[in-house]
Amino acid sequence: MANDPRFDYALHLADNALVLAQRLGAWVGHAPELEEDLGLANLALDLLGQARLCYAYAAEIEGRGRTEDDFAYFRDEDEFRNCLLCEQPNGDFGHTIARHFYFSAYQQALYTALAAGPDARFAEIAAQGLRETRYHVRYSANWLVRLGDGTAESHARAQAAVDTLWPYVHELFESAAVDRAASAFAPAPESLRSAFERTLEATLAEATLRMPSDDWQPRGGKDGRHSEHLSYLLAEMQSLARAHPGARW
Amino acid sequence: MYTQGLDQAGYDTGYAQDDAALAQRFQARVDAEDKIEPKDWMPDAYRRTLVRQIAQHAHSEIVGMLPEGNWITRAPSLRRKAILIAKVQDEGGHGAYLYSAAETLGVARETLVDQLLSGAAKYSSIFNYPTLTWADAGAIGWLVDGAAIMNQIPLCRCSYGPYARAMVRICREESFHQRQGYELMLALCRGTEAQKNMAQGALNRWWWPAVMMFGPSDRDSKHTTQSQRWKIKRFTNDELRQKFVDFTVPQAEFLGLTIPDPELRFDADTGHYEHGPIDWSEFDAVVKGNGPCNRERLAARRTAHEEGRWVREAAAAHAAKQALRRAAEAR
Repeated sequence: MANDPRFDYALHLADNALVLAQRLGAWVGHAPELEEDLGLANLALDLLGQARLCYAYAAEIEGRGRTEDDFAYFRDEDEFRNCLLCEQPNGDFGHTIARHFYFSAYQQALYTALAAGPDARFAEIAAQGLRETRYHVRYSANWLVRLGDGTAESHARAQAAVDTLWPYVHELFESAAVDRAASAFAPAPESLRSAFERTLEATLAEATLRMPSDDWQPRGGKDGRHSEHLSYLLAEMQSLARAHPGARW
Repeated sequence: MYTQGLDQAGYDTGYAQDDAALAQRFQARVDAEDKIEPKDWMPDAYRRTLVRQIAQHAHSEIVGMLPEGNWITRAPSLRRKAILIAKVQDEGGHGAYLYSAAETLGVARETLVDQLLSGAAKYSSIFNYPTLTWADAGAIGWLVDGAAIMNQIPLCRCSYGPYARAMVRICREESFHQRQGYELMLALCRGTEAQKNMAQGALNRWWWPAVMMFGPSDRDSKHTTQSQRWKIKRFTNDELRQKFVDFTVPQAEFLGLTIPDPELRFDADTGHYEHGPIDWSEFDAVVKGNGPCNRERLAARRTAHEEGRWVREAAAAHAAKQALRRAAEAR
């Protein structure tokens, strides 16, 4: 069914998860410690699983025979509805952790609301995702604390990461077209902010990091207007699939 | 194999300085298929051999994450991407429990990792070959994990308990990887012409390196006899190589692929496939550091280690501060 707001919303959730999974996947084999190779792979796998569930739901709603791979590999950059935060480069480990902490603290609030929402499928996907997301919050918060509280160097790097990525947090909590159309079954993003900020403030305090303050508030990802980073990410991710259109793998 | 460096470097049997009675009792236990445990007495040379073998195996798992990891970001379907991430993660997991097994012999993981990064320690030659196409991810699962299993299944019965137990779990996962790799190849071979060509190209590149994974021919292998007496090793390099060839050739035929060995033939009298001559000069070059990717692989490990230093230092500093805080609270 075309123009069903659940379709766009499912793609939005899926794109967030896939793009971030793609970023995390690039760490595997290159992490600071073997245990973190395993940990970051876990995060990537969880998000990839969530993306696949959401793409499958979008495909069902649309009912035109498209598959998860059609959505992932054969849409262009301006059709992706992920938030700008998810596509930001990995940077150093501190940036990856700060990005992940911001995103999973937001996602925890979102999934909590969706799991209690009226759409049974979103509720099911969110309830399953929530178990994973709680772990993601814990993993990234623990690392933020270790980095913030660790050495002078790690403290400075963690503060820089938290500051650099902060502007991209605002978009998470602003209603875009996809959110407004979803108001019957999904929470208003603005309503999630207080839960997020409680998690954030507690974690930053424990990490001895200061709250970022920056008025710059880039937005547009949810409307398909992305940063320069996404087209490179997609070019890499989609290259092989697009070189063999119609092939089965 | 993953521990083929053992067949190369200097080696001693070392019984002379050990107490003869202890040594005799030790050998009797090994002969009786008893498991040797970390706190048991063991000859120094047995300990050294095991440390080197387990460490080389662990290093191989860690370096082995790189060639396949090369395709994580480009896997052509989400299902394949998930399988590949999970597979590379499993390899990291194998590395972790192998380092733990080595630690039961009194060597810290940091020491072993330093040996890998300095180039002093060996890892399997196979991971110094490049993954040029997606099919290489399949060929590694099918051939490299397939070859590894040939060697590792007997290691589940290795005389050293912690290593044998680690190998039980590793073998279960490796055989799963082997099937996944084969299934990937099968999808390519049943796909388009271009996909089938990709599969054949990967077999052409990986066949001989996989055959060489078993290490030098028995005629040139120095360690087999003592390792067999200690029941660390149960079969010779050539015996394992033959098993692998016999097992794999029919699989290639089922895929409709051609093994890149014009001399390969089935000998009806012996029931075995006979392969053509192995280019040992290539093997020697790769083991000595001059394979196509030796330098890149080590450089990638060193970069990850160096760039992760501040993170590890932070974790250690935080843990120390936490311990102090807890101690202060307790007072």
